[in-house]
Amino acid sequence: MKINIDLTEKIPTSFPGDPEVNMDLAEAHQLSTDEYEQIIELLGRTPTYTELGIYSVMWSEHASYKNSIAQLKTLPRSGGRLLVDAGEENAGLVDIGDGLAVAFKIESHNHPSAVEPYQGAATGIGGILRDIFTMGARPIAALNSLRFGLPDDDRVRYLVDGVVRGIADYGNCFGVPTVAGEVVFEEAYTGNPLVNAMAVGLVEHDKVMSAVATGSGNPVIYVGARTGRDGIHGATFASEELSEKSEQRKSNVQVGDPFTEKLLLEATLELAETDAFIGIQDMGAAGLTCSSCEMAAKTGVGMILDLDQVPRREEKMSPYETMLSESQERMLLVAKRGREDEVFAIFKKWGLEAVEVGEVRDDGRLKIIQDGIFLADIPAVSLALGGGAPVYERERSRPAYLDKATEINSIKEPEDFEKTTIDLLSRPNIASKKWVYRQYDHMVRTNTRVLPGYGDAAVLRVPGTRKALSVTTDCNARYVYLDPQKGAAMAVAEAARNVACTGAIPIGVTNCLNFGNPYKPEVFWSFAEVIAGMGEACRALDTPVTGGNVSFYNENPKGAVYASPVIGMVGLAEDAEKTVGMAFPDDGLAIYLVGSDQVSWAGSEWQIMNQGDPRGELPELDLELEKRLQATIITGIENGFVKAAHDLAEGGLVVALAEMAVADKENPRGALLELEEPTPLNLFGEGPSRIIAAVDPEKLDEFEELAEKNDVPAEWIGTTGGIGIGFRNVFKVMLDDISDAYYDSLEKALGLK
Amino acid sequence: MKWGVVVFPGSNCDHDAYDALSRLLGQEVKYVWHQDRNIADLDAVLLPGGFSYGDYLRAGAIARFSDIMDEVVTFAHEGGTVIGICNGFQVLTEAGLLPGALIRNTSLRFICEDVPIRVEHTDCRFSASCSTGDVLKIPIAHNEGNYVLNDTELEDILAKGQVLFRYCSPGGEINDQNNPNGSLHSIAGVINESGNVLGMMPHPERRCDPILGSTDGRKIFDSVIKWVENNGKR
Repeated sequence: MKINIDLTEKIPTSFPGDPEVNMDLAEAHQLSTDEYEQIIELLGRTPTYTELGIYSVMWSEHASYKNSIAQLKTLPRSGGRLLVDAGEENAGLVDIGDGLAVAFKIESHNHPSAVEPYQGAATGIGGILRDIFTMGARPIAALNSLRFGLPDDDRVRYLVDGVVRGIADYGNCFGVPTVAGEVVFEEAYTGNPLVNAMAVGLVEHDKVMSAVATGSGNPVIYVGARTGRDGIHGATFASEELSEKSEQRKSNVQVGDPFTEKLLLEATLELAETDAFIGIQDMGAAGLTCSSCEMAAKTGVGMILDLDQVPRREEKMSPYETMLSESQERMLLVAKRGREDEVFAIFKKWGLEAVEVGEVRDDGRLKIIQDGIFLADIPAVSLALGGGAPVYERERSRPAYLDKATEINSIKEPEDFEKTTIDLLSRPNIASKKWVYRQYDHMVRTNTRVLPGYGDAAVLRVPGTRKALSVTTDCNARYVYLDPQKGAAMAVAEAARNVACTGAIPIGVTNCLNFGNPYKPEVFWSFAEVIAGMGEACRALDTPVTGGNVSFYNENPKGAVYASPVIGMVGLAEDAEKTVGMAFPDDGLAIYLVGSDQVSWAGSEWQIMNQGDPRGELPELDLELEKRLQATIITGIENGFVKAAHDLAEGGLVVALAEMAVADKENPRGALLELEEPTPLNLFGEGPSRIIAAVDPEKLDEFEELAEKNDVPAEWIGTTGGIGIGFRNVFKVMLDDISDAYYDSLEKALGLK
Repeated sequence: MKWGVVVFPGSNCDHDAYDALSRLLGQEVKYVWHQDRNIADLDAVLLPGGFSYGDYLRAGAIARFSDIMDEVVTFAHEGGTVIGICNGFQVLTEAGLLPGALIRNTSLRFICEDVPIRVEHTDCRFSASCSTGDVLKIPIAHNEGNYVLNDTELEDILAKGQVLFRYCSPGGEINDQNNPNGSLHSIAGVINESGNVLGMMPHPERRCDPILGSTDGRKIFDSVIKWVENNGKR
């Protein structure tokens, strides 16, 4: 392609129909006075309308991380098995041996899902999958973390239905198994659901694709779906609070096409096998704008784009609209000059358009033309994160609610243990999520060894090796509400513990930080506390943060959501065959309670059930003990001593035992417990660093020795078998009742049964 | 024997079928692209699960017009072994190689889970390694697996022994409770009148590797392999 317009000494102008650019228009684009002035200074003139649009999306919170990046940089973001530092590429990349790396990342799609749940959730999945295969990795698993208001509300039911269908339809058609996740119902998320999607992929080290542009004169090629007017200003929409007017934002929500995404995946991975290209970047938030300037900024080159070449599915799109469209299933790539035809042939084979739309230049500038009009001329680096995009520290102040929430709290303790067990198992947050994951194809690609519902984390074998990956998402936001720093550390610890309970060593974290408006000092205080707690836990557990996403402005007219730092954790097991789930696999196994004895009612399911809002002081979290506990369980599983393991989470000990009893629904198996003094608190209270292990009766000595060597308390508490969970002389609950409560309650709560 | 696994652009269980047949069952397998026409060298053709051409219209409705389906129809008419799994089953009904049609599940939701299916008879190349009444636990994963056909056709396929698999309880009973998608007569898999074409909604390729829990799916492939060994290609 030849761009036949001489731009020397030329200054960009407006496109016919463009509005006049001034401070008011900048404000309408959510740029501050300072930011607008900064743009004028950078350009040495007033920006054109196209340029203003470009700056507004690139400097939006969503794309620039301007209010969070300073904090994020304090997290452990390199070292260990990490092959690229956090934020360097589209997703984290961690070495797993055998010449393979795992690419993974979590991202939010909260605002779109709040106004258009089906497409919002679907395109959230689409976006995160592209982040993975843009790196040359084939997605092998999808996960999610979903938070809604209480399930008796009609709007919530509509959102749940739409979000689940959106995830199902997109992932199922694309052909990635959706293997794990969480679904949480809490008053605080009414009107502002959280929809976080995670994807995990595998790539050979030498096939990793990078989002770079180099080589002046190399062609810039647009591939995939055509560009329409959907999703314009999606990134800025994500950077404001939801309000009654948000319904009007429906047109900011993109529309997904999983079939085209599948074609794009196969074509991209076929391209990865060649050396005809330099780099590739997906067009996600801020579309063509973000992909072009990021690729250029990364290497300090420039890029010129001729928008007349961009395949469009709507007529008369202005350059502003074309640059800002967030139409899905598109990628931008830089090929080697002279090798374009190889690239075109691959995409054509998969029935996709591939069109040369521009060229790499060595002037460091992003230049845009359409209809022969020169429309934008911007230093590429001034747009990018880590380049010229603004960075802020926000004001912080400790929220007033904390004093009241954490004051000494007297609570009525459970008296009828049998009823309490059933009541807790029936809570929508504890009850089985089978109704949800049954709608997701969680087996396609035949790698899923521990299926959803069967373990604390999903386990996938790594094809072509003996290894397995264990993956989970986790966050108990009630704990974060009560103590943002400790609560965040507990979220990391729990996610790692879940992975350890399958027999895998936790190797890396991706995080999705869902918060309210960062300009509110209380929100920003919590954000900083969360980062501090997360950093501490990630360092202690040797699980660096490989990347992730920050989602601010999660507010509805009633206020901010609970600060919800969702942790996506990936673990590695050397021998897939040795990994375990949580279901009691046999009668006569010894049941051990391993780890900490610190429990409390604070933020527990019992406390919420009785008092509504989280109250109380969280128990102690000992990260060193946590690490030793996980090492003990992992070794116990690797050596075949431990046949099933389960983390004690919401609902405490009895709920955990009940879950292990009925996790294999068709083959339930009870247990007889012989706790010395079962108090309500140690039966139903909650605390970190606790695991139940079902141990081979022939290996009791070995297991106890292992625990002792690791300085981890391990108490024998009973034996598997029987038709119920029985605490000798105290109470018992029958398996049928457990199973009914556990498996039916979610559908009942959603009014479906 | 030599298998071909058809690859439509939206197939997504093609790798799984390939892996099960080649790595786990030691078969010679090749992928067959939807625009290819050369399948003369094959002993059996497998149409895998997925979303052939997106299936936004109706599952399999476009696939039946593909180049490869021309060849598969001829192959089947000549007596060649054809297995359609999930989307493959949908394509086979659209192409007229199997009776009936697959409409949306009665729940109007996608369903992915292990289900028990009962082997109705062993008098064909797809079930010879089983016993009549065997219960196999094999997962389903579909939105449109609700098998329908009219009364006359139902009587006809029952009379001709074309119903090969039915959804059942773990103990082998047929009842509504254990019919996951509303299929008429709890039908999970059917064969054509000559017994060389099988369509089934459950995914046997997902239950071939012991590391994934069960190997019930192998029985179906084993049956075919033995049959071809004894009888040749057709």
